[in-house]
Order: sequence, then C-alpha cells, then structure tokens
Amino acid sequence: MLKNLFARFFIPVFLLVNTIPLSLYAAEVTQEQIKGLDEQVQDIKKDVLDLTSELSRLEEKLLFPSNTQVSLFVSAAADEGFVLDSVQIKMNNKVVAHHLYTFKEIEALRAGGVQRIYTGNIKTGDHQLVASFIGRSKSGNEYQRSENFTVTKAVGPKFVEIQISGNSSSDQNISFKDW
Amino acid sequence: MLFRNTLILSALLCSTSLYAASGLKDVELRDLYFGEVLYYAYQDLHFDALARLDTELSQYYELDESGLDPFHKHLTQAEFSVGELEMQYRMNQRAGRAIQAVLGEGIDLAIRNQAALALARVFYKKNDPQSTLYALDLIRDEPDKSRYQEKYSLDILRGKEPETFKTDVAYLKALASIDTGQFAQAVEILQGLKKEKTLKGYVLYNLGIALIQSGNEKEGLLVLDELGKMELSDNGLLALKDKTNLKLAYYYVDNANVKKAKIHFERVRIDGPFSNKALLGAGWVAVAEGRFDRALVPWSILHERAETNHSVQEVLMAVPYAYGKLNAHGNAANLYSHAMDVFAEEVGSLDDSIKTIRKGKFLNALLDEKSSKDKNWVVNLRELPDTPETRYILELMASHDFQQSYKNYKDLAELRHHIDKWLEDLRVYEEMIEIRRAYQEPLLPVVEEKFIKLDARIKLRLEQRENLATKLKNMLIAPRPEYLATSTERQALDVIAAFEEKMATDPAQLSQDVQQRVKRLRGLVTWQVRSEYDQRLTDAYNNLISLDEIIQQLKIRYNSFIRTRQAATQSYEGYTIPIRQLRTRLFAAQRTLKGVMAKQGRLLETMAINELDRRRKRLEEYQIKARFALAESYDRATKAQLDEEIARQTGAALEADKQTDVIEEKAAEVEQAVEENPQDDPAAESDDSADSKSSFKQKLLAR
Repeated sequence: MLKNLFARFFIPVFLLVNTIPLSLYAAEVTQEQIKGLDEQVQDIKKDVLDLTSELSRLEEKLLFPSNTQVSLFVSAAADEGFVLDSVQIKMNNKVVAHHLYTFKEIEALRAGGVQRIYTGNIKTGDHQLVASFIGRSKSGNEYQRSENFTVTKAVGPKFVEIQISGNSSSDQNISFKDW
Repeated sequence: MLFRNTLILSALLCSTSLYAASGLKDVELRDLYFGEVLYYAYQDLHFDALARLDTELSQYYELDESGLDPFHKHLTQAEFSVGELEMQYRMNQRAGRAIQAVLGEGIDLAIRNQAALALARVFYKKNDPQSTLYALDLIRDEPDKSRYQEKYSLDILRGKEPETFKTDVAYLKALASIDTGQFAQAVEILQGLKKEKTLKGYVLYNLGIALIQSGNEKEGLLVLDELGKMELSDNGLLALKDKTNLKLAYYYVDNANVKKAKIHFERVRIDGPFSNKALLGAGWVAVAEGRFDRALVPWSILHERAETNHSVQEVLMAVPYAYGKLNAHGNAANLYSHAMDVFAEEVGSLDDSIKTIRKGKFLNALLDEKSSKDKNWVVNLRELPDTPETRYILELMASHDFQQSYKNYKDLAELRHHIDKWLEDLRVYEEMIEIRRAYQEPLLPVVEEKFIKLDARIKLRLEQRENLATKLKNMLIAPRPEYLATSTERQALDVIAAFEEKMATDPAQLSQDVQQRVKRLRGLVTWQVRSEYDQRLTDAYNNLISLDEIIQQLKIRYNSFIRTRQAATQSYEGYTIPIRQLRTRLFAAQRTLKGVMAKQGRLLETMAINELDRRRKRLEEYQIKARFALAESYDRATKAQLDEEIARQTGAALEADKQTDVIEEKAAEVEQAVEENPQDDPAAESDDSADSKSSFKQKLLAR
C-alpha cells in the first residue's frame, strides 16, 4: 500500500522538486553553448580593455600634456564614525571639482582607495588651491572644513593628494601631500 | 543521485559566499594611480579598475628607467591584482595566465602561495577540479602565518572577520576532492574543518555528502541530521539548514521511511525559501499514513500562497484529492473547479510572458538600471510594463548558468556603452585637433623663423661666454693683465705702441722730451693695469657668475620655448593615424560585440522561454487531470447525493408501506362499509398515489 502510494505520488513530487537539473529545463540550451559564448565574451572583454588602455593614454596625451598636467587626488583615512558627504576643489578661485559621495565610494576611500577628483592643465608657477569638505558624524552633526595650499607647477606633471583624516568625526582635517 | 545534485549546488553556494573577496592586499600606498585602481576595485567596478591597471602597467613597461617610477613599488602586487581583478570580472582564461605568471621562482613565498590559491579558484570556477588540486599542490609550507592574516584579503580591509589561508586552501581542496570522486580524502579534510566557525554549516553539509558518497551512508546521514538540528541565526545558514532537512526528508521518502521524513519536513521553517516544498511533502507524508485530514493542514497553508509556485500549483490538485478521500466530493469538485480556473489564468499569463519575451521586452528589462540598485529586482521586474511573469523563472534566474549568462549580457551592454562613448569621444578629439591645427599652423612658421634667428644669437653668446670662461681659467695659471685692461687703457696702450714704433724706426723724429713722456705713460698704464689685475680678475669672475645666472634663465626660457613649440606641434600632429586605427578596431569590436550580445540575449530568452514553456506544459497536464478529477468528483458527489436521495426515498417508501398497511386495514373496514355502501371508492386514489411514487423512484434510479 505504502509502496504504491510512494510510486504514485512521491516519486513524481520528488522528481518535480529535486532531481531535474536546471540545465535540462532549457532543453535547447547546452552547456557547450553557454561555455562557448562565455569564451567569446571574455575575448571581447580583453579587446575592449586593451582598446580602453590605448585610448586612455591617447586621451591623456591629447588633453593633458605632461608639461601642463595637474591631477588632484582625495584620500580619506578610515574613520567609521565620520561620513564624508562632499568635497569641493577651487583652483585659482575657480571651482574645478565638486563631488558627492555614495556609500560605496566612502567605503572604498576608507579601505585605502584614492579618488582622482580632478585632472586639468595649468601653467608653470604657483597656483592657489582651496579644498573643502562637508561631512557628518554618525550622530548627525555636520562638519565643514576648508584648507589652502599653494601648488607649484614645474615642467613635469603635478600630483597633489588631499588627505582628509582625524582622530574623531569632529576632528577631521585636510592636509596636502605634494607627490 | 539526489545528493550528488545538491552537492554541486552547495559547493557553488559556499564558493561564492566565501570566495567573493579579492586577494588585493593592504599596503602602504606608494603610487597615487595604484590607489585609484584600488578605489575602483573596492567598489567592484572591475572594468574601470582593470582598464586603469592595464594602462599603468603598459606605461610602466615602456619607461626607460622604470625603477624611478613609484609604481615600481607596487609592481608584483599589481601583476597579481590584474589576475584577481580579471577573475572577478569573469575573465577566467586571462586571469589564469596572469596568475600563473606570478607563480615563477624568486617571488615572495606568501605572494606565490596566494597566487596558487587564486589560480585554484579559477580552475574550480571553470569546473576543472583536477587542475584545482594541481594548483593547490603548488602551495608550499607557509613561512609565517601572520603575514597571510595581515595582508590576505580585501575583506579584512572592509572590516570583516579575517579568514585564514590554511582553511581556505583546505576547504577548496575538499570541494575539489569531492568533485574528483576522492571522497575519503574529502572526508578527512572536512573532519579537520568541523570546528571552523566561518565554514561550520557548509563543512557539515559537504562532509555529510562526502560520507554518503564514500559509502558511509549512516554516518553521512547523522552529520546531515546534526546540521538539520543546529541552532543558527545567519540567514544563509538557515537556508542551508532548511535545504538539508528537505533533502533528508525526501531521502527518507525515497526509502519509504515516513516517520523520519515527517520529522525532517517539520524542521523546515514555514517562512523560509524551502517551505513550499516542505509543506507539500509533509502533506504527502500524512497521505501515506492514510491521514487525509492531517494532510489538509500543511496543504491548506500552501493552498493560500502565490499560485505561480509549482508546489502551490500541485497542492491545488492535492487538496481536492484529499477532500475526495474524505468523501467531501462537493468540496473537492469546487476546489478542482477553482484549480482549473487558476490553471487557465496562469497558462494565459505564461503565454503572454512568452510573447513578451519574444518581443525582446525581457532583455530590455534585464538591462534596466534598477537591476543594479534593487536587490529584489527579479521579483519587481514583473511590475514593469510588458515584462514577463518573473515568478515562474525565479529558480531559473537564480541558477548558475542563467546568472553567468545574465552577467555576461550586462557586461556586454556595458562594453557597448564604453565603445559608443569612445567612438563619440574620437569624433570630438578629431574636431579638437583640427581646431588646434587651424590655429597653430599659420603661427608656427613665423615663430619658427624668429626662433631660428634668436637661436643663432643665443648660440653665439653661449660660445662667447665659454671663451671668456676659458680665458679666465687660463689667467689663473698664467696671469695676463692686458686681457683685463679697460678700453681706455687699451686705446692709450695702442697710441703708446704707435709712438714706440716710431721711436724705434726713426728716433730723430721725436724729441727727447716726448720719448721720455711716452716711456712714462707706458709705465703709468702698465702700472695701473698690473696693479689692479687681481681686483679686475675677481670682478671678471663675479661678472661671469652673474652672466651664468642670466644664461641659466635664458636656458630655462629656451627649453620652455622648445617644449611649448613641441607641444604646439604635438597638439595636432601624430594623432590622425592612431585615431584612425583605433576607430577601425573599435568598429570591429563593436561588430563582434553586437553579434555576441545578440547570441547571448537569444540564449537568455531561450532559457526563459523553455522554462516558461515547461511550466505551461505542466499546467496543461494539470488542467487535463483537473478536468477528469472534476468530472469524477461530480459523479461521486451526484452519486452520493443520489444515494442519499434513494435512502431518503426508501425511508419514505417504507413509511408509505406502513401507512398502506394502516390504509389497507382501514380499506378493509371501508370495503366492509362499501359492501354496506358501494358508492364510495378511496382505494382507487391511493393506488394512483403509489404508482406515481414508484415512477419517481424509477426515474431517480434511471438517472
């Protein structure tokens, strides 16, 4: 009796929910097809990455020649209690960059990533840089800071790191590192 | 076979949950551009990170003195990271090669071992367990465990609990051993990992399966049972626990052990992802025990759930079946009728969904921007206009094959966007170059002409300076006061020399007095020149130093001008051919991408349509079964009603018989009375009535 019942009900149920692999559901789609397409996709990824690398270099050469190039980077040391909302950069009294941060971007900065916030062209000589940020503590208090720095541009490309760091969320400061 | 299927799924589940982290290590940043690569890598923007890293690496290798580039400090890590990022970007072929390149001799053992582990993961992802084991064998004894723990994983940077290198290696080895059929080895490894907190549930699951596969079924079932009873709080582990219990339940169902099957079905959470299957199974177990009323308890819960789920669809048939067995045929008929309505509606919905997919709406919905932001986008997809009923393809969409194809499709769409953007940018660059050419070309020849003249003068002055410097240097060794005579002195000396010449050739021409005066003047000028020589030499050196400063300024201006002139030329020269070549390559890539994307899209559509079609066929089968079952239920209901009616009628007939007897007695009395008074005949009416009742009964029976 029990065996019959199993044969009648359980086996179909069992087959229904467990043993039919998903690949069989799509009878016309084979593993070879999926694998073959995946390899083709990988080839295209490689081609486009190579092209992107070459195009980026061409773009840099064309738009930001090394004798005038200046790049500004933002880093924010890990401080769980402080949430960076936005950063604004002024160069020679003109706003050249303004960025609002997403959660993922803040996490990436905290983890040690460095954001290139601005790349542009300036003449050789001294230039006034003003970096400001708005952030908040976990309790919701808002903090703003602003700092000046003189960028001395020589013949080669210029890199400046704007570091936002501090011991606590209320003690976040801006410092500059000339690379 | 049952457990073999689950094994693969669980292995993948574990591998994705535990191996999602990159091997990018926390290091002191020495190069800002490498920091930028990390910034994108940490956001899982693999294309952006890889493109930047590739650019940095290619620039680095083109440098003459690459050792001076700060990127040099990150080189080994960068090369290793390329492989890691490529692996995360699902470029397994290239990732394998990149990582293998780091496996050479002379590399830091810690990095080498990490590379071997990363390579093993690549092979495991490629479903190549043999090569996975080979790569894991390349790992040598760790030189210093703390080094791995300190630098090992991106997860550590993200503040997650650190994983140990050894554990990861052992676990992957166990999984690969199971895949290669080396179950005894897998059991041995997994036994050793039982105490690992981070792997606890997964280790037990795989250990149970490995034990069953190695023939130690009893022990394997005990291990799985242990997992099935564990007190857990993590959602992932709770799902694994439910799944284990469900698999165990069906295992016992398969072996006709209803009692144990029932226990395991009951352990599955009622609100978990496996609850539908468990409720369905629990009902069938009750049916097996002959307790149809008890079967209705779980089935009634399931009956109220979303009708797109196949367990719910099956229960739409199972519930009336149980009611039928409980002789509630009317209820059963109603429920079969309801099931038929639901099936008809769902078949219609499936047909619409298939049509929608064929129109390409599904692919459009897959590329919707919300998909990357909304965690529940698969379910919410159905809310979009003209999109298929995604609840039918949830399982399919969660499958590895579909996910891989879907991610590839999204990646291709992203690449298409990049190519389009670059092609647009190239057009802008060309225009920019032409504007620059139009501005610079007329200016440059004039500037060039002036420059040539100035260049000649500058060179002359520089030569003069060099001569002066040489002379001054020589004067330090051999003093030459006349070199430092002033112009007045030099003129006076020339006049004196002319007089002296006259004095020498014809002394009579000049008086004694003049000759004396010439000699005195010669002595006077010579005295002046020689006595002031040291001071003049010092002044000359000071002047040379001043001159050098001016010359230095001149050289700076000169070099700046050269660079500006070069930059002006380079701002429009030398781009035409590279841009043309790059555009050709972009177009070629675009064509290829278009073709592959179309194929990938068709593959996804085919997978979805096949799944929907399979569900539709099943529903159609259910419809047929429901139709027959409905007819049968009606028959049974009618028969029951009929039997009841007959019983009622029979009871009425018996009553009528009793009444007839009474009537007959009375009739006899009446007959007797009629005999006495023959005008009355009530019996004739009574017979008619009996005949009519008899015909009703026959009619009922005939029906």
